[in-house]
Amino acid sequence: MDVNFTQEDLAFRDEVRTFFEEEYDFDLAKQLFNDRAGNYKSAIVAWQKKLHKKGWIAPGWPIEFGGSGWTVTQRYIFECERGRLGIPDAVPFGLKMVGPVIYTFGNEQQKERFLPRILRSDDWWCQGYSEPSAGSDLASLQTSAELVGDEYIVNGQKVWTTFAQFADWIFCLVRTSKEIRKQQGISFLLIDMKSPGVSIKPIITIDGKHSLNEVLFEDVKVPVENLIGEQDQGWTYAKALLIHERAGIAEVADSRSSLNALKAQAADEICGGTAIIEDPVFQMRLSDIETELMALEYTELRVLASMAEGGMPGPESSFLKIKGTEIRQAISELALQLVAYYGGALDTNLEPGVLGHDFASQARVNYMYGRAASIYGGSNEVQRNVIAKMVLGV
Amino acid sequence: MNFKLSEEQSMLKESVSRFVRERYDFDMRKEVIKTAGGYSPDYWSTFAELGWLSIPFAEKYGGFGGTIEDVAVVMEEMGKGIVVEPYIPTVLMLGQLLSLSRNDPLKEKYIPKIIDGSCLGAFAFLERQARYQFTDIRTTGTQQGGHFIVNGEKAVVFNGGNADVIAITVRSSGEQCDRHGVTVLFLESDTPGIEITSYQMMDGQMAANMVFKDVLVPHNNVLGTVNSGTELVEAMIPLVLLASSAEALGIMTSLNDLTVNYAKTRNQFGAPISSFQALQHRMVDNFMAVEQSRSMLYRGLCAYADEGAEDQNERLRSLHAMKVVVAKSAKRVGEEAVQIHGGMGMTDDLNIGHYLKRLISIATLFGDADFHQKRFNELSYSTI
Repeated sequence: MDVNFTQEDLAFRDEVRTFFEEEYDFDLAKQLFNDRAGNYKSAIVAWQKKLHKKGWIAPGWPIEFGGSGWTVTQRYIFECERGRLGIPDAVPFGLKMVGPVIYTFGNEQQKERFLPRILRSDDWWCQGYSEPSAGSDLASLQTSAELVGDEYIVNGQKVWTTFAQFADWIFCLVRTSKEIRKQQGISFLLIDMKSPGVSIKPIITIDGKHSLNEVLFEDVKVPVENLIGEQDQGWTYAKALLIHERAGIAEVADSRSSLNALKAQAADEICGGTAIIEDPVFQMRLSDIETELMALEYTELRVLASMAEGGMPGPESSFLKIKGTEIRQAISELALQLVAYYGGALDTNLEPGVLGHDFASQARVNYMYGRAASIYGGSNEVQRNVIAKMVLGV
Repeated sequence: MNFKLSEEQSMLKESVSRFVRERYDFDMRKEVIKTAGGYSPDYWSTFAELGWLSIPFAEKYGGFGGTIEDVAVVMEEMGKGIVVEPYIPTVLMLGQLLSLSRNDPLKEKYIPKIIDGSCLGAFAFLERQARYQFTDIRTTGTQQGGHFIVNGEKAVVFNGGNADVIAITVRSSGEQCDRHGVTVLFLESDTPGIEITSYQMMDGQMAANMVFKDVLVPHNNVLGTVNSGTELVEAMIPLVLLASSAEALGIMTSLNDLTVNYAKTRNQFGAPISSFQALQHRMVDNFMAVEQSRSMLYRGLCAYADEGAEDQNERLRSLHAMKVVVAKSAKRVGEEAVQIHGGMGMTDDLNIGHYLKRLISIATLFGDADFHQKRFNELSYSTI
């Protein structure tokens, strides 16, 4: 057993550090990422284009499709450095979700048409899975696609669609036939968001921001060449997607970065003349989280190492998802606790710093939006059902 | 990056596992605990024959020259049988104090005897007022001529009643709680002036209180250097923390297996209780607690092995965090196993409660979760 870095690994770490420090615009990012509705898209796309130019945009993809060809250790190093510097992860919808489905199940034309644009961040993708009556029970989805000639006619409604307002494309699960087993009869369809009949309604979430949307389809015509794989087999592809990209599902690097930020904030926030970081009770709360995070980091490494050896991913993604989101939420809860009264103030026109620290408002937003983490991607209760079935055999 | 056992480790694991399966089921363990010594000399000889007692000792003393990772492999399997034989007190506490001490004459004389099973050991470090602060020492070691004269009392000396040789911490200078001024002495247990009262702990392990009255220990029996015993003890403790965490991991694994199997066969309301979602989710949480503990053990082992690490602070943080996660998980998994077994979990005849007792004892060894979490906090937050 060892986790030692080779000379090559250390050289790679230096290269990653140098690249991040030289290419990532920390000042700009600070302003832009706090404002989801505003310049978020242009900022993250600009950064992703730099990563693409360097050949580092798709660590998980096979080399033949534009992947980085990294070892497990290199991916770990990249994530560590990213988390240490607080650099956000690439937007997952194209790179981690639909991309792998296209290169695994798509035909040659689809690969040529979509993959390079995903790698270059030319297209912004969003995910059309959930519906008003299909949440955790995703297979109950009802959005229909009827084949007429060489086009599908799509009707229905998707919901909780993150960043649909930015999207050029949406990948959808649609019902193409009504089978007895609801998992059958679902197809995987790529839909151009500019198609006539597609409309978006914003959903303002409890953080006061606009990240989520309803996406409505009214007699939307989708060319049959936008079907992935075979008709009625979409559930299989979607499931493969769910267990495909587990590197990063635990979001260890991002939790590490938020935790570092929280520690720095706790050193700035004073109560009774003493920094909160010195408070033994607050320290216990911090280390309750940090020790679990240290364990999760190795749990993720164990999963990655076993996959590198050709091990088939099983229920580990559920495990990583549950623990990862529990930790992310715990950090956001403690961050909100830290900013006390000031965390309650909605965005004001006051000068920065007048009402507590600058990070107070962001703590509220992160906490509120963070509630979604244990709901999205299959609620943590559903993930526990998955583990119960697959690991415990109950 | 590699988390797999080596071929040698796999064989070792299988060998201990077979011993536990074939010769250490719960009824056999009961027989062992009932004996006067509270352990089986026959089994101890078997351990020697199979080479388990030699693992962490240097080859030049007849040892296997193994690592703490190899010991962890053994301890995890021992945990599954809640083996009570005094491996930790003899091979790790006393044995590693000796190994780390640079007292070559003592090593040459005693390590081969530990390895061949003819010498049991104990480490007398605890005093009744000291709790987890092992440097809180009233027992005095006064230097006179070529000797230390030892006076005082040690409590809960694991394996104290069975030990042939003992390492003891004495206050050789300074105040009661000073880090400096602690000396570790090595002595045979039949040295005149030692009064031993032996008793059994809740986990089946034997322990003893020891009163020392004008006990003479030759200066040649100092382990480490005079007044710098704290450093020696602190070099040994991580080995015990790693080994006992591995043991806890074995116990937790067994408890989860037993609990899931029980839930599948126990019927209530016309269905196996494993079909109830409330219980499924609890069992999943227990499963995750064990996996997190395994990850933390691996992190601890990797950190310990990385002696030349740039960041020594990070090494220590990993060890403290390991103890925090393992001790918390141990408590959780043990308590949940009793709960899900219902009334059966309360019976002394069933092994479940006995696994819990050993987990609680391990959680306490060299500091509980809170103690280590405070150390972790000091290393992590106070310096910002």
